[in-house]
Parts: sequence; C-alpha cells; structure tokens
Amino acid sequence: MAVSRSTTEATPISTPRLRLFPAGRRFGRRVAETGPGPIVPANSIAGNALMIVVAIMSFLACITVGAVTLVRDAAHDWQQDVLREVTVQIVPLDGADIEAGTARALAILRQTPGIGSATALSTAQNETLLEPWLGGLDMSELPIPRLIVVEVADAAAIDFAALGAQIAAEVPGAVLDDHRMWTDRLRSMANVTVLVGFAVLLLVFAATVLSVVFATRGAMAGNQGIVSVLHFVGAEDGFVAGEFQRHFLILGLKGGLAGAAAAAVLFALLGLAMTMLRSSPEGAQVSALFGSFAVGPTGYFGALGVAFAIAVLTAITSRITVFRYLGEVK
Amino acid sequence: MIRFDNVGLRYGMGPEVLRDLSFSLVPHSFQYLTGPSGAGKSSLLRLLFLSLRPSRGLIHVFGRDAATLAPTDLPKLRRRMGVVFQDFRLLDHLTTYENVGLPLRVLGRRETHYRADVMELLHWVGLGHRINAYPPVLSGGEKQRAAIARALIGHPEILLADEPTGNVDPPLARRLLRLFTELNRLGTSVVIATHDTELMNQFPARTMVLEDGRLQIHN
Ligand SMILES: Nc1ncnc2c1ncn2[C@@H]1O[C@H](COP(=O)(O)OP(=O)(O)O)[C@@H](O)[C@H]1O
Ligand SMILES: [Mg+2]
Repeated sequence: MAVSRSTTEATPISTPRLRLFPAGRRFGRRVAETGPGPIVPANSIAGNALMIVVAIMSFLACITVGAVTLVRDAAHDWQQDVLREVTVQIVPLDGADIEAGTARALAILRQTPGIGSATALSTAQNETLLEPWLGGLDMSELPIPRLIVVEVADAAAIDFAALGAQIAAEVPGAVLDDHRMWTDRLRSMANVTVLVGFAVLLLVFAATVLSVVFATRGAMAGNQGIVSVLHFVGAEDGFVAGEFQRHFLILGLKGGLAGAAAAAVLFALLGLAMTMLRSSPEGAQVSALFGSFAVGPTGYFGALGVAFAIAVLTAITSRITVFRYLGEVK
Repeated sequence: MIRFDNVGLRYGMGPEVLRDLSFSLVPHSFQYLTGPSGAGKSSLLRLLFLSLRPSRGLIHVFGRDAATLAPTDLPKLRRRMGVVFQDFRLLDHLTTYENVGLPLRVLGRRETHYRADVMELLHWVGLGHRINAYPPVLSGGEKQRAAIARALIGHPEILLADEPTGNVDPPLARRLLRLFTELNRLGTSVVIATHDTELMNQFPARTMVLEDGRLQIHN
C-alpha cells in the first residue's frame, strides 16, 4: 500500500516482527513500583457514610458486650461473697434442749469438709443484735432462736442441700440458710442479662448487614459501567465480587475498630470513675453492692472480637449482595 | 466458529431490527459488516458477543448453542473473543497500561507475569509513550488503539470491532486497518463494522451488508 507510510503519522505502528507478544523489555517505572490500581475506585463507594454507620454499630455492640461481662462479673463476685457465709438458726421448741441442739449442730458443721469455722452467737450477742428492734424489753423471757455463723472456706466442696437436711434431721428446729434464694435470683438475673445482650447484638448485626446491603447495591449501580466492562473482558462473578468486597472489608475493619476503640475508651473512663468514687463513703456502698463495676479483660477482648466480626460480616454481606445483584441483572 | 440460523432480533415490543440472518464466520476470516446508520450493525455485534439474546433463531458460538449456555460458561467464551466498542469503554480511573492489562488481571494473572506482554502490545499499537496516561487525556485515536489493544491482549480467536475508524482521521484509519489485516494474517478472525466505503475499497475483503434488517454477503 503506497499510502501506508504517511508523514502525518506521529507514532508509526511497526507491524512486522510480531510473534504475538513475546516477552519484551521492561518499561514503565510507575507500574513496576506500585502495581495496578484498584478496578473499583474507593471513592466510588459511599464509603464515609457506611463507615460511620459501621463504627456506630460496632460501638453499640461493644458496649453491649462490655455491659454483659460487667453484669456477669458483678453477679459472680456477689455470689461468691454471699456463699462465703451461711447461717444456721435453731428455733427453741417445747421439750427440746436448745443448748444441746446448738452443740450438736456445731459438731456436725465442724466435721464437714469445706467449712472454715462455725461459731454460735452467745445470748448476749443475740440480744445486742435484736436490741434496735425490741428496745429495752427483757429478752430472757422470749423464745429467741440461736444463731450459728458459719464461714465457708470452699463452697465448691460443700453440698449445702445435704448438709441442711442432715442438720434439720439431727437437731430439732434447726434450719440452714445458705442464701440459695439470693444466689439463684442473681444467677437468673445474670442469665437474663446475657440473653438480652445477645438479642441486642443480633439486632445490631442485622442492622449492619442491611446497611451494607444497601451500600453495596448503591456501589454496584454507581459502577455499572465498570461491571459491564469486567463482564465483557471475561470476568466471572467471583472476580467482580472480590473487587467490591475488598473495599467493604477495609471499610468494615476501619469502622469496626473505630467503634471498638471508642467503646474501650468509655470502659477505661468508667473504670477510672469507679476507682475515684470508691474512695468516698457512697462509692464504698456502691462497690459493696455491685463489686468492682469495671469492665475486665473479657470485655476488652470481646470488643476486639466484635470489631473483627463486624468487618468479616461486612465483607461477606457485600460479596453475597454482589452475587445476588449480578444474578438479578442477568 | 460462529453460525447464525434464521436469527431475528427485536428490542422490546418494537419492530424486528434484524430479520432472518443466516451466515457463518470461519476461522482466519476477515470481513466487513456494513450498512447505513441504524441498520443494526452494533446489534449484530452484540449478538455475536453474546451480550444480547436473539428474539428467534439459533446462534452457535465455538460449537456451543448460545441459548443453552450456563451463566458460568459465558466468561469462558468471551475470553476467546475480543471486542472493540464504538465508545471504547475504557475505565477512566485506570491508566492505559492498566486498561489494556485488565483482561489478564481478570484471569487472575500476576501483574509481573503479564507486564511485558502488555508493553509489547502497547508499542505495537503505537501507545508506548502513553502507558501511564489516563483515558480522559487520550486523543480519540489513542483511545481507539487502547481499546483495540485491550481486545487483543488475551489472544482472542475472533476480534469484533464496532466502527473502529469512525473517530479517527484517514491516515490513522489506514494504520488501524493495516493492524487488523496483520492480526488476521497471524490467525485471528476479524469482523469490522464500518460504513467507510473508501476504506473498504482500499482493503477489499468479504463484506456483509445490512439493509432493512436483512443481510447480503459479497465475497
Ligand atoms: N437498546 C436498544 N433499545 C431499543 N432499540 C435499540 C437499542 N439499540 C439499538 N436500537 C435500535 O435498533 C436499530 C439498530 O441500531 P444499531 O444496531 O445501533 O445500528 P447501527 O449500529 O447499524 O447504527 C436502530 O433502529 C436503533 O434505534
Ligand atoms: Mg452502531
């Protein structure tokens, strides 16, 4: 062709020596250093809004985890305190020798492994205890029960039900009070708190999933041109999903960790406030009632776990959403 | 490699844009697809590329019935074809180099493995000096060549090009045509949709003419 080497051509195309692209020299500094850029541009995804949503969700989830561990720890502490001391009450019955009964009960208690000490309150001590209620009454005339205060050394070693039954059988009018009613209530309260916590976590996760679904669909719609080019060059759905998922994983990690960090700061501040409060008389009462009221390591690790769970949830949700979206488009 | 039997196409409830098309594209062939604007050239290319389903008739691509393809088969067949769109469809946020490498990246190839191939091809189409430029700053002819390079990087068995000389001046149009004939000489089948009669006269080849939705073939 005579026209083939026109002088207007700025960059001649050299058609000869084409062995269908044999390895050539290395050109291009930029590509060599950084590798190819992301196929789906990060700024094409409504990232900031979603990241804030994810951070808030992560914060709420972490607070929930912290609150649950707090209640569990406090309930556990309280239960331990309550179990450290039990009492035996011996009611005077007609025809029964209350002094002998008290001695028998003390003997049984002292033989039981796990019991630290057992002391019967003297009549005088009893009267001091009752004084505020009964005033200056002469109490020697009244049928006042005897009390035995039992210090528990190892609660796990003691079968309180059997011990109570034994004492009741051998000593007329004796009742062992191991505060079981209180510990049972505490335990069920703690269990309910854990259940409520799980329910809150599920709700938070569900809200996160829905936000990610909306954001992913928005990103897919906004990047329709890219998706169609990817399909034209032979991309499988998995590849397309991977390109979107990568952004959402990073986004979920950032948001999740931000929320967890905020929650951790809050936990730390709470712990600090409790320490300061405990030095006051009111604080002493509060800590007597609720234990240390500080989020322990379980809470912090739980928050970290929640952050990663949210990131993984975000990535998986976006992947599934891309697959479903592509399925609908076809 | 591609066969149409009584293929008809309509968009929605509209009239039939293509009617009773029956033809074959054989390996190593070179053909023009021509006809007035709106005759259905782009539609026919879309059918060839399996991005449209025919309203009736049978299409076989690489021996497979297009109507019974599983969705997962589509990417595999498309990798055996290269397509150059009328509007290029380059990704504006990727460099020329990255755009051309995209089909290999989609295959999961490592950038270090395909870099040399992409560079070689970019030099072959005369874009060696534009590798790091983004499409918005490329001229029409440069975009055209980048789109062609992207279509060729995966070594397709057939190249489909929609008006590849539509936006360029005559000298560049001739260079692109020489590029296509060279490619065909190396074994790739080529289908070029164009209404540039002067160019078809300069590089005579089999010509498929669309008119009123019907196809006539001049060898
Ligand atoms: N997506 C579409 N929806 C409806 N009609 C379309 C669509 N694409 C093309 N057409 C119609 O099909 C006919 C052929 O169009 P096209 O294939 O683009 O022709 P050509 O490429 O030869 O100019 C035209 O009448 C056009 O209006
Ligand atoms: Mg057209």
